[in-house]
Amino acid sequence: MKSGGLPALVTGLVLVFLYLPIFFLVLNSFNASRYSTAWEGWSFQWYAALFQARNRDVWESLRLSLAIGIAASLLSMVLGTLSALALHHYRSRLQQAHFTLVYLPIVMPEILMGISLLVFFVSLGFTLGLFTITLAHITFCISYVALAVLARLQDFDDSLLDAARDLGAGPWQTARRVVFPLLAPGILAGGLLAFTLSIDDFVITFFVTGPGATTLPLRIYGMIKHSKELPIINALSTLLLTLTFAAVWWSGRIIRRHSFTPIR
Amino acid sequence: MSESRPPPVTCRPWRSHSEWALTAAPFLWLIVLFAAPTAVVVFMSLREAAPSGGLGDAWSLRAWRDLAHPIYPVILWRTLRLSLIATALCLALALPVAFLAGRAAPRLRSILILLIVVPFWTNFLIRVFAWRVLLQPEGMLRRALLSFGWIEESTLLMYNEWTVLLVMVYTYLPFAILPLYAAAERFDYGLLDAARDLGASAAGAFCRVFLPGISRGLLAALAMVLIPALGSYVIPDLVGGPGQEMLGNKIAQRTFVDRNLPHAAALATLLIAVAMLPVAAAFLFARPARPAAEEGGTS
Repeated sequence: MKSGGLPALVTGLVLVFLYLPIFFLVLNSFNASRYSTAWEGWSFQWYAALFQARNRDVWESLRLSLAIGIAASLLSMVLGTLSALALHHYRSRLQQAHFTLVYLPIVMPEILMGISLLVFFVSLGFTLGLFTITLAHITFCISYVALAVLARLQDFDDSLLDAARDLGAGPWQTARRVVFPLLAPGILAGGLLAFTLSIDDFVITFFVTGPGATTLPLRIYGMIKHSKELPIINALSTLLLTLTFAAVWWSGRIIRRHSFTPIR
Repeated sequence: MSESRPPPVTCRPWRSHSEWALTAAPFLWLIVLFAAPTAVVVFMSLREAAPSGGLGDAWSLRAWRDLAHPIYPVILWRTLRLSLIATALCLALALPVAFLAGRAAPRLRSILILLIVVPFWTNFLIRVFAWRVLLQPEGMLRRALLSFGWIEESTLLMYNEWTVLLVMVYTYLPFAILPLYAAAERFDYGLLDAARDLGASAAGAFCRVFLPGISRGLLAALAMVLIPALGSYVIPDLVGGPGQEMLGNKIAQRTFVDRNLPHAAALATLLIAVAMLPVAAAFLFARPARPAAEEGGTS
């Protein structure tokens, strides 16, 4: 292999770089030291502390985040799938504008979306809180679901539709029994991505939240800012990392298990 | 004229429905909750600030006049400089990774991509916090460096521009690797061998065959890193000091500390101009191929 040395070296360094801070974080979540300054032996006390009564707020926030994440991912799965079908099947000026609208939220800096939605909600006189957070989350999730389903549609064999029609299926029957089952893994993977994005979002949520609606990232940010319970954040982060690993692995399995046989 | 063009797909179950039936719901949602707010924020920068922290009823240029404050050119320059350097570093690190992953054996490739996707999916706040744990003044790393005598007692690993840059590169790196990898995966590596056979050096083949071949991925990576970087807020907030504030920090301060929404809106308009106009222009004039229409085009 020619010229293989340098890319391999850089890749190795990049992987070390990506995992070094995460490794330290996980390590410190088992560190008995309160300030993570030196290694003082193994301890599970920070995980235990998570379950103590004084940290009930954390679980309250987790519940709120999960509720918003489920609502946002379900609705964005519906809207994103419709969007992808329209973008795939029609070529028109409308779809050109539609695609721009779907694509821009992905590259738009989060803080811009946050401040625009805040100003928008305030000028409409909305009460900030659970409802405005959910609206905001659906908005940025639609694009990701749409692109995930669109990628799936690219591999879609359109002759299956002809086959279904030749066999006497009507449009609705074709949609329900042919198109939907084939698209389901794409929709599910998009929904899972939307769910993670919603659970993780800090910046946009920070802008459109109101009194009482403290999602998990907002809670963690508050704890970091006030340097309160830092080792507990280590433990909480490690739990969330484990969840992320599981989600990535699971969505990878969904996509692989149901991938189309390569016809191209 | 254009109406008479036959549709490219021969049979669609939705043919009997109008295009609007599919498009209406997501399109209107994005118009109301994405396009309209972006327009509203521009208009609201022309309002008077309400003493209570909301928007006043009168129109005023006050917020825009306030942008003449001498701190803003400094902030704007810092925002541009840090974002551009971080983007350049991300691309420089991501290219070799994408080059390697693009031609790796399937098994190695999927492991490599999994390893890169996991940090990409990991909570952004946690990734920044992880650096705080590592670099904090009493942390293990600084103590180790001190005991080796590699840094001075007065040197802090946080609250300086280098750390902000480091963490920016760290958080945005997967956003550069993934689009580059997607392009490299479709690149025909045989072309590199051909270039070498014709006498090109390894570096020459990389620059003159590989880079043009993945130009679309390069553009996507550029947009995916540079634009979010320009809007950075959490990173300077958590690992930088007052001397590392970027445009995003000022927007948040005007919103939450001064509770002056029109001023925050004026700053947001400035950020839209800097970050979003190039993309919008690219969309309008360059007509990038949509993923659905993309079939091996190299332009």
